[in-house]
Amino acid sequence: MSATKTLFDKVWDSHVVHKIQDGPDVLFIDRHMVHEVTSPVAFLGIKNRSIPVMHPEKTFATADHNTPTINQHLPVTDPLSANQLKMLEENANEYGISYWGLGHAKNGIVHVVGPEYGITQPGATIVCGDSHTSTHGAFGAIAFGIGTSEVEMVLATQCIMQPKPKRMRININGKMSKGVTPKDVALFIISQLTTSGATGYFVEYAGEIFRDMSMEGRMTVCNLSIEMGARGGMIAPDEKTFEYVKDREFTPKGADWDKAMAYWETLYTDEDAIFDKELTFDGSLIEPMITYGTNPGMGMGISNDIPMANAVQGGATTYQKSLKYMDFNEGDSMMGKPIDFVFLGSCTNGRIEDFRAFASIVKGRKKADNVTAWLVPGSHKVESAIKEEGILDILTESGFELREPGCSACLAMNDDKVPAGKLAVSTSNRNFEGRQGPGSRTLLASPLVAAAAAVTGKVTDPRELMVELV
Amino acid sequence: MAYDKFDILTSTAVPLPIENVDTDQIIPARFLKATERVGFGDNLFRDWRYNQDNTLKEDFVLNQDKFSGKILVGGKNFGSGSSREHAAWAVYDYGFRCVVSSFFADIFRGNCLNIGVLPVQVSAEFLQKIFDAVEVDPSTKLEINLPEQKITLLPTGESESFDINDYKKNNMLNGFDDIDYLLNIKKDIETFAENTPL
Repeated sequence: MSATKTLFDKVWDSHVVHKIQDGPDVLFIDRHMVHEVTSPVAFLGIKNRSIPVMHPEKTFATADHNTPTINQHLPVTDPLSANQLKMLEENANEYGISYWGLGHAKNGIVHVVGPEYGITQPGATIVCGDSHTSTHGAFGAIAFGIGTSEVEMVLATQCIMQPKPKRMRININGKMSKGVTPKDVALFIISQLTTSGATGYFVEYAGEIFRDMSMEGRMTVCNLSIEMGARGGMIAPDEKTFEYVKDREFTPKGADWDKAMAYWETLYTDEDAIFDKELTFDGSLIEPMITYGTNPGMGMGISNDIPMANAVQGGATTYQKSLKYMDFNEGDSMMGKPIDFVFLGSCTNGRIEDFRAFASIVKGRKKADNVTAWLVPGSHKVESAIKEEGILDILTESGFELREPGCSACLAMNDDKVPAGKLAVSTSNRNFEGRQGPGSRTLLASPLVAAAAAVTGKVTDPRELMVELV
Repeated sequence: MAYDKFDILTSTAVPLPIENVDTDQIIPARFLKATERVGFGDNLFRDWRYNQDNTLKEDFVLNQDKFSGKILVGGKNFGSGSSREHAAWAVYDYGFRCVVSSFFADIFRGNCLNIGVLPVQVSAEFLQKIFDAVEVDPSTKLEINLPEQKITLLPTGESESFDINDYKKNNMLNGFDDIDYLLNIKKDIETFAENTPL
């Protein structure tokens, strides 16, 4: 048997505490992130069993899912949300877990703050009761979402029990064309694979297009791995990764750094390693993407027409139900459709690079009168950078306001709800029915497409608004 | 927490012949604010079950008296989307003990197994047979035999076998959960933790 291994195998195999014959692996977890929504029942579980948290220093708590994005200095008015936030704080204090709650300088979306403070590291196993935990795979970590029973397992034993997923590699070479961002690359992949095309697999993204991306861009791509059904996605760490990680609060320092680097530099897929499935696409063919249906796989190049039911994978009934919900027709062009809301933010596109991209389009233009825009930074750190880099001035000048950090309208657990029937262009990750509020209709797109929609009031190809580079 | 044992379940079924049923449909995010595992069944498929004025949507399957039972039968790629275990809790709390589909999303499948709801994956053909039979006669019963890993359409006797790993099967049959197992190997885990680099 060949000793060659994939990146995924190297990290997974080194974390297996115990293998069960015809059963799951017992996997050791290096980093555990918790938030207010999926953790209370898990804490209740260990309380009922009278067992302690085995490694409180490996768990990190932040509040993000149901927090308000205005007036965070005031008490949370929704009593149920306020109760969940209180429970998180009490549980974190009781068990000695670091807690970055509402109002804390380090507060933000769990998948934004993890990397920002160096909690996220190459070669680590990282879990959180949230499916977009796959974000952290951008650093060459194995990171994936878990259910509340598993949150309880990690609290109690620092392990979970998982059958080892199969391995898939997605290779994309070529450069990103004008107006194309990492979000478009991810939406393109999902449109090709469908929302179940990678179910049962852990994906490695490889090739020039990912190597060229910033860490923020890689996070966007890995974040969306779950939307094609994959448990997670990862990218081999390189100089860019190490540069990002270095000197952050929770990253190793001094001799520990050298030791960590020695390990991290072994984290790549060996040349002859075998994948269970391998796919290759030409990156230069990807254009700015937009979704038209009620799952992230229903996406297309922005200049295309909505496919006919008989031309898509899956059942025609389900497809037509989806278009009916969106109030679109087969063969429609998306361009020029009037929109009501724009949401820039979320663990997918709530980082500084996303605000830079948005600002590059709206600069010197005005927000369209018919559009309500919610611009929500992923964390206080992102918020500070927006101010320091002068982006806030550009946004303000164009008639936009900046809100405070949180998950916000991505899943609309707080007051940031798109009203029934209204059409939103969102940089978030899911366009499911009612995801952004009961009856809301969502078009997923990049920050550039969102910005173009925000200033024109309709679906617009951002390339038309981009300054020509000479 | 430990859950009910699962052995052989014979029941009528509730058909939901829609693909890609996501966890936001199973339980919308605005109903995830409880801090205890109670009452989630009331909001199972909330926005498909109720109009915005909270009146019933008469044509939705859960609102049709002729369909009932402990088995939910869904279209391909059931449970896609978020990791919220609340989706599995809602299915359980409503009274379902088994979900049948031709394909499940990973996290939802795992969550079901962790709380004692059995996910049964069948072929697309067998799934269609179930939908057809239940549509024609809603009193049609299915038998889910976990020890033999077999699902049977009782009126015709047509059956298919289904997969489940031995470990999880044993857990389901006995009502064990993973924490029981993990606590038993706590020493091994501690030793491992001492030698982990991160």
